[in-house]
Order: sequence, then structure tokens, then C-alpha cells
Amino acid sequence: MAIKPNMVFLSGYRLYVAAFFLFLAAPLVAAGVFAFNDSVFPSLPWQGFTLDWFFNDTEPKLGMFHDRRLLRGLYYSFVIASCVSLLSVFVGTCNAFLFVRCKFPAKDFFYIMMVLPLVIPGVILGISILLLASNIANGAEEALSLDLGFLRPGIVLVVLGQFSFITTITSLVIIARLKKFDESMEEAAFNLGASRARVLRTITLPFLFPAMAAAGIVAFLVSFENFNTTLFLVGSEAPLTITMYDRMVKVGSTPVLNAVSFFLMVGSALLALVSVLVQRDKPQT
Amino acid sequence: MKQNDIKRLSLYLLFAPFALWIALLIILPHAGMLYISLREKVAPRVYEFGLGNYINFFNEPIYWNTLIRTGSMSLLVTVLALLLGFPIAYYIAKIAGYRTRGALFLMCLIPLWVSDLIRAFGWILLLRETGIISSSLQWAGVISTPIEFLYNDATVIVGLVYTVILFMIVPLVSTLDGMDDSMIEAGYNLGGNGPTVLRRIIIPYAMPGIVSGCIVVFMLTAGSYLTPILLGGKNSSWFTEQIYDQFITRYNWESGAAFGFVLLAFTSLVIWIGLKLSGQTLSSTVARS
Repeated sequence: MAIKPNMVFLSGYRLYVAAFFLFLAAPLVAAGVFAFNDSVFPSLPWQGFTLDWFFNDTEPKLGMFHDRRLLRGLYYSFVIASCVSLLSVFVGTCNAFLFVRCKFPAKDFFYIMMVLPLVIPGVILGISILLLASNIANGAEEALSLDLGFLRPGIVLVVLGQFSFITTITSLVIIARLKKFDESMEEAAFNLGASRARVLRTITLPFLFPAMAAAGIVAFLVSFENFNTTLFLVGSEAPLTITMYDRMVKVGSTPVLNAVSFFLMVGSALLALVSVLVQRDKPQT
Repeated sequence: MKQNDIKRLSLYLLFAPFALWIALLIILPHAGMLYISLREKVAPRVYEFGLGNYINFFNEPIYWNTLIRTGSMSLLVTVLALLLGFPIAYYIAKIAGYRTRGALFLMCLIPLWVSDLIRAFGWILLLRETGIISSSLQWAGVISTPIEFLYNDATVIVGLVYTVILFMIVPLVSTLDGMDDSMIEAGYNLGGNGPTVLRRIIIPYAMPGIVSGCIVVFMLTAGSYLTPILLGGKNSSWFTEQIYDQFITRYNWESGAAFGFVLLAFTSLVIWIGLKLSGQTLSSTVARS
């Protein structure tokens, strides 16, 4: 307790904090609850509890697990997020060693360059990568009559576009952990005759692993939910957020979207829990 | 000698992925975008260098009006996020007990892990004409006919504040967390009252966190696309919408690229002014770790 303000002020303050968290929760609850309402519209009145919006296999109440397009979107999202997460953790780990361990000229400048992608609007990242890729593809087609299909909007571009800013996030997470590493542990191992590769494998990487896992999970979630950058790079293999947006704009809101929302919220919550658990330091023995 | 070689080799090996990432996915695309934005279409497939696309932007009031509107609304969102978020961050970092602190911080992060789309969808379900708030008010007898809360500026601002406030709270909590409680106590012991301590001790100490939160929030708001469109409807006139329109609807990539640069330059300018006014630098705020 830093300050001991009077009780009236403190209870008012608590009330404000409670109201704030209510504000945070309200739209999420609204999006989740209607997945269980037995009605074709996601609105009041409450018509009774149902799981149809998850498991029913006939129109008009086609559940999400029988909706081909949603399932395909889920699959593409999963593929994209896995690629982005692996790539960005790899580059993020390299960046962590680069910025924590190495000395090189203009390090501060490069550090700012590394943070920069996080503050560039996602829309602009998306269009700039789209432009470059299309120009290269067009150039290759005209000059060499090569068809570089992977540079056309599609999964590869979506992965690259998301990777371009998610790597900053993973780098920051892993850098923070590597900074806490006590280098005398490595020196002790060297003194005991271990090779460089062995020290890396048995001491440094195990220490970094929780941060790498957490960074991977964050990268996975950010990729899964990304919309702005993906919107410009998407081809025919639309990930889930794009499919949902299409549905929302063209068909209007139906409770199946609530079911997807609920599913995604539960999924993210579980993954988030895992990332908290792996990052928790084991008690020292 | 051998040790030095290994050091240099590992530096190169570690620098390569970083350089590839930044050069191929950040610098080159933006350079290409700059190049395209400086091309004018004079005839089909014939281009000329010039500032035509930018001149076009300034000649058409609807374009720069949208930009000004996006900028001022983003500033308003940033200020609101700071005013609403600061007490929460202070509560989490300084007032809550050890256990509640972790739980509250996690609860703050939960919406971060839920897609923008779902959050906007939740707001739509709450606020639309047949939505929860309107029907509840009707049921309670406060209003007699349904009210449409969507598609106005206030809703867009609420939705945006909701989307970005976490990016304000997280850096604030980590800055305030590093502050020694005895500094606050010393302020009180020297006779300061609540507002004085807040103004003279807490806020100056938290300044890097405040500025860093404001930068991220402002950039995210100005670059957001989904929330203004879904909550503001067709005439929300957000600048990213204009960019999308030029690119996808009109297929005018030259002018779309120019618009992208105008947005980038504008937001950078606002942030530069903000850094100058607050006496901070980019490396003391966002790049601090």
C-alpha cells in the first residue's frame, strides 16, 4: 500500500475499477452467450439453451462444426499461425542473441529498426508487401516468363505479412528473458570443458525455452486474430477472421458466428493459460 | 585469434536473419511503395515521375478532411485511453494486493487475445437497434421505441478505446511497478496532498510509460480498419478505408500507395511532435526494455 487515502475515496476507486472490468467483459460475454441461444438471431429474448450452433448438421441452424467454409477457414488459420509462430520464434531467438550478446556498430539504430514494425499500421504493412510481391511477380512474368505463383496473394504472402511484425513481439519477449541470464553459468560450463554447442544446448537454450514457448503462443494467437494485414494479402485460402468478416458483411450476424467466437475465446484462454504456466519459474531447489 | 573468428562468424550468422527480415519485409516494400506513389499514370501502361498522386490528395478536400478527422479522433481516443487507463494501471501496480494484482493484470490481457473482429461483433450485439442494451432499456420502461446506438462517432470512439486501452495499461503497469513506494511516501511526508504527489512525483516518474503507451495507442487507432467500419458503418470515413478503397475498389495502386505514405508521414509527424513536447525520445520509451 503506497498511499492510505480515506475510505470513501478508496471505495469509489474500487467501484471504478470494477466498472472498468465490466466494460472489458461486456462485449466478450455478449459475443459468447448467444452461441447457446435457441434462436436464429443473436439477440434477446432468450429462447432457451441449445448446442445446435456447434453440432447441428442441417440448415437453417447449421452448426460451426458442420459448416465447411468455417472449418476450412479454421484450418487455414491454423496452418498460417503455425508457420508464423515457428518462423518468428526462430528469428526472434536469433535477434535476442544478436542484441543481448553481440557488440556491433549502430546497435541502437538497429534496435529501433527492430521495434519499428510494431508501430507501422497493419494496413500499410499489408499493402507495401502486396505491392512489392506483385511487382516482382509481374516483372518475372514479363522479363523471364516465369510464373511465381507464391508471390500472388495467398498463404505465403499472408505468412510473410504477419511474420513481418510478429517477429518484433517474439524478439522483445525473448530478449527480456535472455537479459536475465547469468553468464557466469556459461563460463562455469566452459571452465568444466564443455564445447560451445554443448553449452548452448544444455544450459542457455533450456533457460530460454519458457520464453520461446510463450513467444510462440503469443505469435500464434496474434496471427490467428490478425485482420488488417491479412486483408490485403489473402488469396482464395481465406483464414477464419476473413471468412467470419465476409459472413458478417454479406449474411449479417447469425449465432453461428457467436459459436465460432466462443470457440476461439476458449481456445485463446487455454493457450494463454499454457503460456503463463510455462513462463512461471520453477521453484529453485 | 580463433576466439575472435568465432565471435565474428556468429555475429554474421545472427545478423543475417535480422537483416533479411528488416530489409525484405520492411525497408524494400516501403521503398517500393514510395516509388509507386511517385508514378503518375499518363496513359494505360505509360507512367511518368511526379508528385501528381500527392497533389491529387491535397486538391480533393474529402481526402484530407478524412485524414484530419482520423487524426483528431485518434488523438481523442489516445487521451481517453490515458485518462481511463491510468487509474487502472495505478490500482494494479500500487494498490491491489499481491494476488489480486496478477489476476487483474491477466484479466486486462484477456481481450488482447480475442480477435478485434469478435470484440467488434460483441459491441454490435450490445448496441444495435435490436441489441441487448436497447431491448433491456425497453424492458425496463426507460424508452418506448428501440434505439440505434451504432453508426455514430461516439460509438466508434468507445469501440476504439476498448480495443486499444490494453496497450496503454500494460506499459503503465510495468513503469509504475518499478517505482519505489517510498518516493510516494516521501512526497506525503513532505506535506504534499494527493493531487500534488500525483502531479509532481508519480506522473513525471511514469512519463516514459505514458509516452510509450500513447505512441502505440495512437498508431494502432489511426491504422485501425475493422472497428471504425463495423461500428461506424459506411460513412465512418476512416482514412484506412480510403486506402482500401483506392487499392481494392478502384484498383488505383499509385494513388493508394501515396495515401499510405501520407498516413505514415502524418502519424510519424504527430508522434514526433508528441515526443518533442514531452521531452522524450523513441529509444527512451518504446524501445526501452
